[in-house]
Amino acid sequence: MPTVSVKRDLLFKALGRTYTDEEFDELCFEFGLELDEITSEKEIISKEQGDKKAEGASDVVLYKIDVPANRYDLLCLEGLVRGLQVFKERIKAPLYKRVMPNGEIQKLIITEETAKIRPYAVAAVLRNIKFTKDRYDSFIELQEKLHQNICRKRALVAIGAHDLDSLSGPFTFTAKRPSDIKFKPLSKTKEYTACELMNIYKTDNHLKHYLHIIENKPLYPVIYDSNGVVLSMPPIINGNHSKITLNTRNVFIECTGTDFTKAKIVLDIIVTMFSEYCENQFTVEAAEVVFPNGKSYTFPELAYRKEMVRADLINKKVGIRETPENLAKLLTRMCLKSEVIGDGNQIEIEIPPTRADIIHACDIVEDAAIAYGYNNIQMTLPKTYTIANQFPLNKLTELLRHDMAAAGFTEALTFALCSQEDIADKLGVDISATKAVHISNPKTAEFQVARTTLLPGLLKTIAANRKMPLPLKLFEISDIVVKDSSRDVGARNYRHLCAVYYNKNPGFEIIHGLLDRIMQLLDVPPGEKKGGYVIKASEGWKLFYHNGYQQS
Amino acid sequence: MAAHAPGAGSGSGCSGAGRDTPSAPGAAMADGPVADVLLRRLEAADGGLDSAELAAELGVEHQAVVGAVKSLQALGEIIEAELRSTKRWELTAEGEEIAREGSHEARVFRSVPPEGLAQSELMRLPSGKVGFSKAMSNKWIRVDKSAADGPRVFRVVDSMEDDVQRRLQLVRGGQAEKLAEKERSELRKRKLLTEVTLKTYWVSKGSAFSTSVSKQEAELSPEMISSGSWRDRPFKPYNFSARGVLPDSGHLHPLLKVRTQFRQIFLEMGFTEMPTDNFIESSFWNFDALFQPQQHPARDQHDTFFLQDPAEALQLPMDYVHRVKRTHSQGGYGSQGYKYTWKLDEARKNLLRTHTTAASARALYRLARKKPFTPIKYFSIDRVFRNETLDATHLAEFHQIEGVVADHGLTLGHLMGVLREFFTKLGITQLRFKPAYNPYTEPSMEVFSYHQGLKKWVEVGNSGLFRPEMLLPMGLPENVSVIAWGLSLERQREPPVPRP
Repeated sequence: MPTVSVKRDLLFKALGRTYTDEEFDELCFEFGLELDEITSEKEIISKEQGDKKAEGASDVVLYKIDVPANRYDLLCLEGLVRGLQVFKERIKAPLYKRVMPNGEIQKLIITEETAKIRPYAVAAVLRNIKFTKDRYDSFIELQEKLHQNICRKRALVAIGAHDLDSLSGPFTFTAKRPSDIKFKPLSKTKEYTACELMNIYKTDNHLKHYLHIIENKPLYPVIYDSNGVVLSMPPIINGNHSKITLNTRNVFIECTGTDFTKAKIVLDIIVTMFSEYCENQFTVEAAEVVFPNGKSYTFPELAYRKEMVRADLINKKVGIRETPENLAKLLTRMCLKSEVIGDGNQIEIEIPPTRADIIHACDIVEDAAIAYGYNNIQMTLPKTYTIANQFPLNKLTELLRHDMAAAGFTEALTFALCSQEDIADKLGVDISATKAVHISNPKTAEFQVARTTLLPGLLKTIAANRKMPLPLKLFEISDIVVKDSSRDVGARNYRHLCAVYYNKNPGFEIIHGLLDRIMQLLDVPPGEKKGGYVIKASEGWKLFYHNGYQQS
Repeated sequence: MAAHAPGAGSGSGCSGAGRDTPSAPGAAMADGPVADVLLRRLEAADGGLDSAELAAELGVEHQAVVGAVKSLQALGEIIEAELRSTKRWELTAEGEEIAREGSHEARVFRSVPPEGLAQSELMRLPSGKVGFSKAMSNKWIRVDKSAADGPRVFRVVDSMEDDVQRRLQLVRGGQAEKLAEKERSELRKRKLLTEVTLKTYWVSKGSAFSTSVSKQEAELSPEMISSGSWRDRPFKPYNFSARGVLPDSGHLHPLLKVRTQFRQIFLEMGFTEMPTDNFIESSFWNFDALFQPQQHPARDQHDTFFLQDPAEALQLPMDYVHRVKRTHSQGGYGSQGYKYTWKLDEARKNLLRTHTTAASARALYRLARKKPFTPIKYFSIDRVFRNETLDATHLAEFHQIEGVVADHGLTLGHLMGVLREFFTKLGITQLRFKPAYNPYTEPSMEVFSYHQGLKKWVEVGNSGLFRPEMLLPMGLPENVSVIAWGLSLERQREPPVPRP
């Protein structure tokens, strides 16, 4: 869940009133947000780096607010305020408009070289915008939040914002050999080739995480203006030339990526959020993007979509009885402008470009429920009549566990994952003989394989409890995993029972007696006869293994 | 009836150690030699006697006298004993040595001959280092740094008085009070003296004083019963303040005991247990079937354990897979879909299931194939896996509890009603619900309960109605809703034991 950090006083100013922390927490809860932490820059630095480093840092109160992962429209102060103000019916949701420029439209031409690395691009212009320090910071922060979330750390989409007045269109989005790309990147004082930059950024704590996206590709994506000035080398870095500042009035925004849908969503979010500060509020200047096949599109899409939902469907899914008019009012409070049409039971809902999360009627139902207030919904019990059954294997497990404890053995609960060594080398078995399932990406050696026997877990438990008075009598009834090509996933679980007796003298008869007791409980007679059980000698660790009992 | 009284030191607190019947200390001492002597001395004494003095007179450990006092006390009103504590100064081991052989500084002084001694040589003496600086500050010796073969130490005075030794000898002779407070504290700082608290008993005759004490029986034996001798024998009273011996038994694991309780709650509510005995799952059942897009962060290598072997699922229900693919990439069933290129290879990737909802998806798919539809209530409690590094707050595997109800016309109000009943059985009655986001439920709600200890609302579970994009491709009827909730077993406490 993304966390958005906003200055409390700035937030309250924008909301037009103040709240106590408790009141604001309550409002967040109702709206589906979570006031996660109340802090300040100073507090954060002192927590992370110590009091000394925090000296002189700002002690302006910050609210850290957890936002649902699909609500990209709430990832900045502007969006949060708009969402809450509409929710509280203090303002109406703005209507976002795409307008054609007075002069020539800004053009971004995609060349075919991009196809293999980053085939999509979209663009738009924010005209006559007015930044302040706070607005500028929020603009940068929103890009960062989008990059981390919907853009999947820039792999799917990367955003570049530029001072349009420093550039001259049309722009070209192409891909070139890294050695052929040379420019002065953001916050550097000289030009570097792309190869040099990739080396420099290997030690950059922020940028090093994005290098892998293009690192081993023959061509790197790059955007030029008509004079050959580099706007950006997505998804790594922008050029310094077109850097936006507090004085920038006209912003050219490009989003490039591998996922066209997400690129369009990201562009829509940025321009809807920050067109608030344009001279013509909530209007966005169109830009034209020409694809390699010659087709040209105009962005941002800022598409409004109409959905039709029957009022009784909403009532039926939520479990309330509201009139269609009331439901339309509730939805409107969620930035979904709605009205009752047709037979008086139909609600027509307008999905704005900010709400890409609304993809089905069930999303609309949820918003109606949120506006109604989850905690105002009458709780009822479903009339569903059913007879309960236990899963037979678990039922047997439950019964046996109690008898094992009654027989004086103590239950252990050990991890199902372990190291290769645990199930092979340490038991004198070759790993290839175990039929073990192997994990491809463990962070530590403790999670290389799924266990093929319960024994290592019990032995580890004994090792960790060597100081306890003897004897130690342990058991576990749980699942092991082995490869099995007859199963759809190529592996299956087996339920095992394993018991270990640890004392100063070996006491084989004790574990043998336990086995006899288990067989007695399971109604399995001793002896060679069919349906009976016998113990046979075996090699190495299996000697111990057969002291346990394998069920199934 | 066994009347043994384990003493505090019998180690009865250790589970598994209680095999041997603890002996009954004290019982044998009542007629031991020390107790006898004590009673005889007491008979002759005027008023009473001190346990420490008696020990010194008899030449036994003080503890032996204390033992005798306690065993006599246990017999009733034979004696009375009053606990007294006195403070006393004692020499430490080093203090003893100095009292015997003189202070370090005195020993240094004595080892310097009139013609002087090389400082390096002096430092090698056992008392050299400590003694040198003290002797210097006492101005008993001096150092001549200009000597030809290195600094040399000479006597300054012809003789000196070793006050430290003298004072320590006074303390040893029991005359510590003759020292000034300041002198004592200086010696204590030098770790030559310690103040010890001595607990002694002032013993006097009790109301039932007698020098002939008959031995009390610790245990009732079959012989006593058959001979009837138990009628005349005095029995030692039980010691109720001592800990009992824990029964020799096995134990169930506490977390799995909680699992049993949760199973019980579900069964009481009419929920049938789903099979979950497959830790290995394909990405298809773990994610795609749940309408979780292929670029979702949970599908990242950082969060999920993927398999190297077997790396891919061998079979998938292809008809159903195609419906899932279409729903993700193009939408359908009233959905816009996610509009991306859905890849079969991605769905085939095997993993360690990240939630038991994968098993619920399989169960619902089986349900959807059975015609006509019959309403169900399902539950499961089993292991799930996340690619974490173990630490105090992160586990790579934990147990997920999941409940699912599928029926015609289920509502959010029904979900809340079922949750209320479920949590009431856990002893949690104050609930509230927060809108939330889950990829596969909509509407979704997080369940919060008020924590009396923390004095705040804490999240106890997650819930919602499964999305139509998940249910309809399975083939479930359109007007069937499925409500579901999940919580982690590791975060639960044991439900309270009901008191009738």
